[in-house]
Amino acid sequence: MTMEPVLEIRNLNVEYGLGDKAVRAVRDVNLTLHRGEVLGLAGESGSGKSTLAYGLTRLLAPPGVITGGEVIYHPEKSDPYDVLGLSDKALRAFRWAETAIVFQGAMNSLNPVHKISTQLTDVLKAHEPKMSDHTRNARAREMLKLVGISPDRMDAYPHQLSGGMRQRVMIGMALILQPQVVIMDEPTTALDVVMQRQILGQLIELRERLGFSVIFITHDLSLLVEFSNRIAIMYGGRIVEEAPAATIYRDALHPYSKGLLSSFPALRGPRRELAGIPGSPPDLAGMPSGCSFHPRCPRAFEPCSQHIPVLGRPDAQNGAARSVACWLHPTEQPVG
Amino acid sequence: MKYFLQRIAFYLFTAWAAITLNFFIPRLVPGDPVQSLIAKFRGQLSTEAINSLYVLFGLDDDKGLWTQYIDYWKQLFHGDLGLSFTFFPSPVSQIIGDALPWTVMLVGITTVISFILGTSLGVLAGWRRGSWTDGLLPVTTFFSSVPYFWLGIIAIYLLTGPDSFFPSSGGFDSALVPAFDQYFIPSAVQHSLLPALTILISSVSGWILSMRNMMVTVASEDYITVAHAKGLSERRVAVSYAARNALLPNISGFALSLGFIVGGTLLVEIVFSYPGLGFILLQALGAKDYPLMQGIFLVITISVLVANLLADLAYLLLDPRTRKEG
Ligand SMILES: Nc1ncnc2c1ncn2[C@@H]1O[C@H](COP(=O)(O)OP(=O)(O)O)[C@@H](O)[C@H]1O
Ligand code: SF4
Ligand SMILES: [Mg+2]
Repeated sequence: MTMEPVLEIRNLNVEYGLGDKAVRAVRDVNLTLHRGEVLGLAGESGSGKSTLAYGLTRLLAPPGVITGGEVIYHPEKSDPYDVLGLSDKALRAFRWAETAIVFQGAMNSLNPVHKISTQLTDVLKAHEPKMSDHTRNARAREMLKLVGISPDRMDAYPHQLSGGMRQRVMIGMALILQPQVVIMDEPTTALDVVMQRQILGQLIELRERLGFSVIFITHDLSLLVEFSNRIAIMYGGRIVEEAPAATIYRDALHPYSKGLLSSFPALRGPRRELAGIPGSPPDLAGMPSGCSFHPRCPRAFEPCSQHIPVLGRPDAQNGAARSVACWLHPTEQPVG
Repeated sequence: MKYFLQRIAFYLFTAWAAITLNFFIPRLVPGDPVQSLIAKFRGQLSTEAINSLYVLFGLDDDKGLWTQYIDYWKQLFHGDLGLSFTFFPSPVSQIIGDALPWTVMLVGITTVISFILGTSLGVLAGWRRGSWTDGLLPVTTFFSSVPYFWLGIIAIYLLTGPDSFFPSSGGFDSALVPAFDQYFIPSAVQHSLLPALTILISSVSGWILSMRNMMVTVASEDYITVAHAKGLSERRVAVSYAARNALLPNISGFALSLGFIVGGTLLVEIVFSYPGLGFILLQALGAKDYPLMQGIFLVITISVLVANLLADLAYLLLDPRTRKEG
């Protein structure tokens, strides 16, 4: 795998609401997705993972607004550009063709009144208007086959499919235009554990075959350790640590990452509460000063409540492809 | 399909129950008013007509109840609803047949226009929240809260008069003979404008509001976000994803409102003395014209049932989730 970037998020800020009442849900996020990799994004619910995903695809519903930053996309053959600066028309062309997204609510991602075939082919109609009906249908059937659904189900309505099948349809739909980036926001949360793993395994296999990159969002760190190349940990709207999956698993630096890891059960098993971290996620409206984790941090010390630790390479580990935002690991090399 | 057959069976049963009720009610009323009316018209009624009224109102005590019931159904199937006392000696079926087209034309066409107009405006208002269409809302809320007969009275007061273009009552110029010609039709249209406008103004806001609210609800559904994420055109998302789904509850509302065309706008016809069913019913009530009243109620019942059936059918066609396999 090359370390060539495909999507660079720079200083992204997203708020809900305007003025004094605004809630900062994503704060100065810097994150790079490389070509062909699976980047995992983990964090407790409410940490801003979905907001980040919606922000970088410009799908935020009001009152969400992007208040700053850039999302630089690197097309395969032409010059990079900022997604946040695209015109409406260019944005429509960019969507799905370059970056597709499978949502948290994937169970409800299909319109109940249209057939699967309609919902697969209308993407093609919008993006490749010259394609013949016949080719469109053939392509849609091919995508179903790719995700392990019999092409006979083309004429089915969503309610006639099981949750797992709907999920696969969504993944097939996400790949239909062969995008370079696929974002998956807790795509399997509603499914049982066996089904989750089966679908994710399939996805990873497809990625190896088709060569797209994935941003995989979940609150379940165990899934990421298994399925991703790199992992970024989010807390209170910020990225607090980012490193190769194995590094995070073996040697997390941030106390919050450690807490998340110690709270995950055996790789296969029932989910349980985050036993490793006492206390609850911060209230975005009244974020603690300094490191927002300090009220819950077992290792907090003087600077923590005063100054915000920036994300950067820890000085002790020069050269390693990892970064952390914690006063225990001060940095001379901030990210972004 | 099985579901649909069940519904049809249910409506047939309801129709049967309503008609049977129609059969029993006059038989249960003590101190028979019909008897006295028949007595009053004795000299003018043919024996045949009297027999028919006997069958309808259960005055032929010499026959058993069962035979009466069978005769009653036979008569209904021949379209014989008896003779009207108010419009003596016209048969009730003829009077209803004359009045029904007026109601259906006025209220029917107005209901359809109101639905199409209101739904389209509702789609716009729901999709472009925060634009000029929001200004529509207080106005429509106001009009939907004013009873339409009251609007009608105000319209008559403000807009009609000796020199006004709008006639204040009737369905056509009384100097004309009803016919499909170049004199009668414009006159009928002219007479229908004000009542139609009254119904339109008071009913359109309901469609706007319900469609707008459904659009707002649907707009937050995941599949709408997905449609945007797919890069579909704004128009395709608004029409084929949002409006298509938001329309479902409104469609069945529409089918039901078709059922109330006959029964629901009696007051407008009364205010405008419009020669439809409502106006006729008013006269029937005033004159204790039981045969006519019964006939009109029968028409209202059947139209409500048919509308319900249409609503089911529409849902079946538009919402695949109601189509059970097998
Ligand atoms: N529509 C909204 N309006 C106001 N606040 C919101 C909205 N959506 C999300 N938030 C807030 O933003 C924060 C991040 O939410 P989200 O991105 O959904 O987190 P995650 O996906 O990590 O669970 C949460 O604290 C939530 O309260
Ligand atoms: S900066 Fe301080 S409070 Fe924050 S995680 Fe590090 S040690 Fe804990
Ligand atoms: Mg989320």
